[in-house]
Amino acid sequence: MKYALFLGCQIPARVKQYDLSARAVMSRLNVELIDIRQFNCCGYPMRNLDKKAFLLSAVRNLALAEKEGLDMLVLCQCCYGSLKKAEHLMKEDGDLQREVRRILSENGLKYEGKVRVRHFLSVLYHDVGIETVKGKITRSYKGLKIATHYGCHALRPSNITEFDDPVAPVLFDNLVEVTGAKSVDWTSKLECCGAPLIGINDDLSMNLTKKKVEDAVKAGADYLCTGCPYCQIQFDTVQKMMVSRNGNGEHLASIIYPQLLGICMGIDEQSLGIDMNQLDISGVQSFLREE
Amino acid sequence: MVFDVILYVSLTIFVIGLIVKIYSWFSRKIGISAINTTTVERVSTAFKGVLKVIFSVKILTLIKVFIFDVVFQRKILEENFLRWLMHMLIYGGFMLLLLMHALDKIITIHLFSDYNSTLNPFFFLRDFFGAMVIVGICIAVCRRFIVKVSRLKTNAMDTYVLVILAIILVSGFLLEGLKITAYSEFQNMVEEYADTDDVAELGALESFWVQEFAVVSPNLKAPFDKEVIEEGRELHEMSCASCHSSPRSAFVGYALVKVLNPMAIELDRAGMVGLLWYIHILACFIGLAYLPFSKMFHVIATPVSLLANSVMDEGKSDRANIATRQAIEIDACTHCGTCNLYCSAMMASEATGNDYILPSEKMTFLKGMAAGKDLTSKELKAIQEGVYLCTNCDRCTVVCPSGINLRELWINVREGLIQSGVPEPLVLSPLSIVRGLNQENLAVYDYPRPIELARQAVAGKFDFLMDPERPLSFDKMEMGDDGCGLIDNTFSYCFGCQNCTTVCPVVGSYDNPQEVLGLLPNQIMCCLGLGLTEMASGSRMIWDCLTCYQCQEHCPQNVQVTDILYELKNLAVKKLKKL
Repeated sequence: MKYALFLGCQIPARVKQYDLSARAVMSRLNVELIDIRQFNCCGYPMRNLDKKAFLLSAVRNLALAEKEGLDMLVLCQCCYGSLKKAEHLMKEDGDLQREVRRILSENGLKYEGKVRVRHFLSVLYHDVGIETVKGKITRSYKGLKIATHYGCHALRPSNITEFDDPVAPVLFDNLVEVTGAKSVDWTSKLECCGAPLIGINDDLSMNLTKKKVEDAVKAGADYLCTGCPYCQIQFDTVQKMMVSRNGNGEHLASIIYPQLLGICMGIDEQSLGIDMNQLDISGVQSFLREE
Repeated sequence: MVFDVILYVSLTIFVIGLIVKIYSWFSRKIGISAINTTTVERVSTAFKGVLKVIFSVKILTLIKVFIFDVVFQRKILEENFLRWLMHMLIYGGFMLLLLMHALDKIITIHLFSDYNSTLNPFFFLRDFFGAMVIVGICIAVCRRFIVKVSRLKTNAMDTYVLVILAIILVSGFLLEGLKITAYSEFQNMVEEYADTDDVAELGALESFWVQEFAVVSPNLKAPFDKEVIEEGRELHEMSCASCHSSPRSAFVGYALVKVLNPMAIELDRAGMVGLLWYIHILACFIGLAYLPFSKMFHVIATPVSLLANSVMDEGKSDRANIATRQAIEIDACTHCGTCNLYCSAMMASEATGNDYILPSEKMTFLKGMAAGKDLTSKELKAIQEGVYLCTNCDRCTVVCPSGINLRELWINVREGLIQSGVPEPLVLSPLSIVRGLNQENLAVYDYPRPIELARQAVAGKFDFLMDPERPLSFDKMEMGDDGCGLIDNTFSYCFGCQNCTTVCPVVGSYDNPQEVLGLLPNQIMCCLGLGLTEMASGSRMIWDCLTCYQCQEHCPQNVQVTDILYELKNLAVKKLKKL
């Protein structure tokens, strides 16, 4: 299996451990990840500004992957949502689409809609297969409770993202439970993490995070688990900021899924960037039981 | 005499320029790091920092970086072989010409006791080094003006550098070609070096030089008798050969002889040798005097930037040193455009036509700003958008061949710009995540101000609704609809069930949401149904939308609620830009 790895902008600059751990896990599963240096922003942050800037950014990436004849493996859910939206929009043929195609061709690119955009979690679940993932696990957790956080832009709008059932998803929970951990049921599981408003409306953004953390703690979770750099930044960096502001408030560290899985595969801590998280997650190892 | 005067004048300007520039490294204030630092403090901190590095293991890093990055320019090689070749040819060729040819009386003559500019291998090497530069310039011209590499922007400074180098090289080669053919030059040499006064013998020598050394004589023309040539050769061996190799070795100059030949006598009589010599040395001295003020200053600033960045750690280095380094970095940028090739936001630049989104153009702006250039309000808006429309992905920093820490530079400059008072709607986009994460470091500024400014600027005024005298109208224009209808008209399916508002986590976060948000999602859909687009796009709700798509997912009528809010935001931005 071979994919073009789409890292987006947040991961290389602020969540390097996601990059490290995803590569480490994928190499155990014999999935080859190809880097295309020319990839640019997925267009997500530009959706507020200008539709053309968004669509052009997104479609250029699709065209680049298509040129290489590879499907895209996307780590970020906001990138995923943006690329899927662009894919959907390009099925129509309006003035905007023609303009996008024209600018692309000026850049020596064309997009014909052949490339498939896949989220990292979907690839693990559907393409690699949950049984194969299970087969690579050498030690699993016992008694570890995880609050699985799906993230909005993978789930919704479901007719475009085609990720899982938007109301009762199971994909991520099943992946978490492969490791032996229990994916707890919690009230705000499918809610937004708050990241899109950080820097715009910090109070609102942090309140949403606070509510999620409280819900997860109430459900007895030991850690949050994410599959998106924005959610991770929110639960890690922003939550740390919240903790230091409010003194010793309730907090819950967040682990990125490939870190959680990688530990069970016996991959060393350094390759998973365990110490790169702002809020300490090393305690997760104490739940390990050798098989 | 004239030569000495021009030399000393240009050298003086060069040295003064150098002092001014280096002083500016310690006095120029760019962004946050520079606040509250004095020049004296910066000089002493830099001095201490340099000493600390020299007497630590970091000196090994410096040596490594000097060899690989400064001399061999590894980063350019990794990027693109042709570009590396181009730069090596220009920089290598020019440096060698400078050392061997321009400074021959200072350097070459002391290294090689038999040095003579008209003797091999020097005669050949001078042309070889010159040819290297010419080939390099040709590649550069091709890339910038013929192939037009994408997003490689060319400004007046880039053109100046290519033009001045071309003038120096072309005038040098023409001078050489003309000197080879020039009869006056031949006569001068004869007067100075010939060991005979005999007219017949000198005639033979001249014949030999006309036939073998491409001199164009007004008196003698080929073909010559074999005996005459042989006699000439003997005289040549005796008087000339020890300091003059065959001009064929100077292969570029000799190639030009073929072109110059028909006009050689006229050109020589018109004094073109002298004129070309003036052009050549004037170009060299203008280049020298202007160097500190031009892009060529990168020959000094870029190595300093590469070395400084290799030993400075983010977060650990002294603020004063960061301020100094950033001032140096402004001079270190060569406008090579590598950053633009990998800029994550490059397509936004294509879509909006704002070049300032590209890193290289932001650097050009910073250079201008550092030089005290005034900005029009239009330029200020464009540069503000350019600096903010950055995803902070770090790629420009990773690929910069001059080792400039562009990411830190943007963060530093951005804040000053958005604090200037001109509202920037992009502050209300997810691009603000980095500013949000960095807010504790922005304590010297009024952190919420730019957000408030932007919110006020995009807020609707609703004057027409406030005026009780004015009858409500359903005429769109009268109600403030500027004709920019929405592309997505699914709002017309709305039957008012308010599901969108019920599931909205933003609405759910407030006790009295309408007071804070202006209009709730269902009310926005209702507004749009009534044609009140302006009113809808003026509500605070659209900017507090998380884009979590709960509303859209849960709409029983398939109204694209979130996408419509996006479109309203685009509309508000467009309107603000028009002002």
